[in-house]
Amino acid sequence: MGNRTVIPFGPQHPVLPEPIHLDLMLEDERVVEAIPRIGYIHRGLEKLVEKKDFQQYTYVAERICGICSFMHGMGYCMTIESIMDIKIPERAEFLRTIWAELSRMHSHLLWLGLSADAFGFESLHMHTWRLREQVLDIFEETTGGRVIFSVCEIGGVRKDISPETLDKIDRILTDMEKELKEITHVFLSDSSVKYRTKGIGVLSKQAAFDLGAVGPMAKASGIKRDLRTQGYAAYGKLKFEPIIETDGDSYARTSVRIKEVFQAVDLIKQAIAIIPEGGINVKVTGNPNGEYFTRVEQPRGSAMYYVKASGSKFLDRFRVRTPTFANVPALLETLKGCSLADVPILILTIDPCISCTER
Amino acid sequence: MAILSMSKTLFKSLVHGPYTVLYPVKKKETYERTRGRVEINISQCIYCGLCQRRCPTGAIQVNRGNTTWSIDRLKCIQCNYCNEVCPKKCLRMNNEYTSPSFGSVRDDYTNARVSGDKENN
Amino acid sequence: MIIGTCFFVSLISYRKKVVYYIMEQQIKMILPNELLTETLRLKNEGYRLVAITCTNKNGLELSYSFDKEYNFLNLRFVTDTKTEIDSISNIYSYAFLYENEIKELFGVHIVNIVIDFNNNLYKIPVKTPFNMKKEEE
Repeated sequence: MGNRTVIPFGPQHPVLPEPIHLDLMLEDERVVEAIPRIGYIHRGLEKLVEKKDFQQYTYVAERICGICSFMHGMGYCMTIESIMDIKIPERAEFLRTIWAELSRMHSHLLWLGLSADAFGFESLHMHTWRLREQVLDIFEETTGGRVIFSVCEIGGVRKDISPETLDKIDRILTDMEKELKEITHVFLSDSSVKYRTKGIGVLSKQAAFDLGAVGPMAKASGIKRDLRTQGYAAYGKLKFEPIIETDGDSYARTSVRIKEVFQAVDLIKQAIAIIPEGGINVKVTGNPNGEYFTRVEQPRGSAMYYVKASGSKFLDRFRVRTPTFANVPALLETLKGCSLADVPILILTIDPCISCTER
Repeated sequence: MAILSMSKTLFKSLVHGPYTVLYPVKKKETYERTRGRVEINISQCIYCGLCQRRCPTGAIQVNRGNTTWSIDRLKCIQCNYCNEVCPKKCLRMNNEYTSPSFGSVRDDYTNARVSGDKENN
Repeated sequence: MIIGTCFFVSLISYRKKVVYYIMEQQIKMILPNELLTETLRLKNEGYRLVAITCTNKNGLELSYSFDKEYNFLNLRFVTDTKTEIDSISNIYSYAFLYENEIKELFGVHIVNIVIDFNNNLYKIPVKTPFNMKKEEE
């Protein structure tokens, strides 16, 4: 047995855009145990629901997280719509799906860039983000915001996308697909990249199941679970198969995310091809009364939304279980036995979103 | 296994030149829908205060008494909600962003019309 | 044992084709002391824990959400800050984060958590911020 040392990791660290602290118990260079400490940015957004009315809270819900902003807004709106028994127009469901999938692309490309940065491949990081920029431009053109869209509202969406713009998105995505292939080829086949990801932080299927991993973390370990197959929004009318890998290492997680980017491109194209005409929102009257659990598949995994309302303008409780919250225990498991140099990339591998986690 | 798999992309960008914009000299174009900052056509405002009540962050203050409408630029989250609820449609989302500043910026708009002066109203 | 099982089935029908998106809302009311047996039963049936939710309205209402494949169900009971609630972190190891959060934000008296942060999970200046109304009354 070697020397035991405790090394504090974070809350400020070059790979971490947001603060999380880990106490790493090391035996020589190997990590034997990691104890997480979150809570540096607890904002109490769930409590805020008692001060803002349920319409205003749409904008708060979107701001739970910057990257999966649209999905949070959508999840919240879907929950309220279920309580109030509102059926939103079909076109709105398709528009939501298009934006949701674009968000998935932008989130995964952001992660790919960050992971390239974490293993020290700066130019790959820059080129991945260059591609992501095109997605952000689509957002700005269609919604008016680059990161926070404020486009989802209870009863539908607030902005329509014209057929010309939809064609344009289709064209941009076709061009982008070629470039994406070129860039993602580096992630999947370059020997230096593979050296940093292959066989690192293996999470077995059983461990992933027992630790409640969700999203790419679970999919990379061979758990085939994707809530989109349940057909919320317009997913029921699009053809796709959940992506899984079986190795459970960092490489498999990268691969799952890369495949999901291409899947998102495919889903957007399918949606653009069959998007129906019609209105984009319905008028909402009255206040919600009841409770509902909704689950949606975010880029990082499944999220759960719970709303309890009692007929007044203000909700009693809004609860969101974000994917990172569920993935932290799995992260602690993958850290066990890895070397200190791999800790940054392993922390990134769950795509941590601490603001989401603490809300 | 592949080595130098990035070189094709790198050579391409050598030929292509920079993808970025030389910021202070050249500005990135905004889109028609870009949410920059809220502006008001004060002469049409009826000071109903709906925007103040609906604003999720409480950035807007409306004073019916001395006919002023003011907005805290750094509190505003550009959600466009005020714009949608405005009964007179006198609010407008400008494409230009608020310029950076050191402290909080509150823009006041006062209606200069004089009551009883029919010509200018 | 089962006090009541509520089913709220929401049907969102599409325009012409009869395709329904059903998200079943199964809420099973239990007693606080049945929590461990019920959780163990679900664990043996292959359910995974999704989340623990606490609602502060007419007492502290705890909902334990589980899923198996795409099947989703909740166990629910009402408690107060004084009653001791057993931790389920011995059954589902990853429950410790949820339990610490609820203990800290609502002041639910959860005991025997595997990794207990002793109300230090979040760096907040006030005690049980999500349950302050009650103390004032």
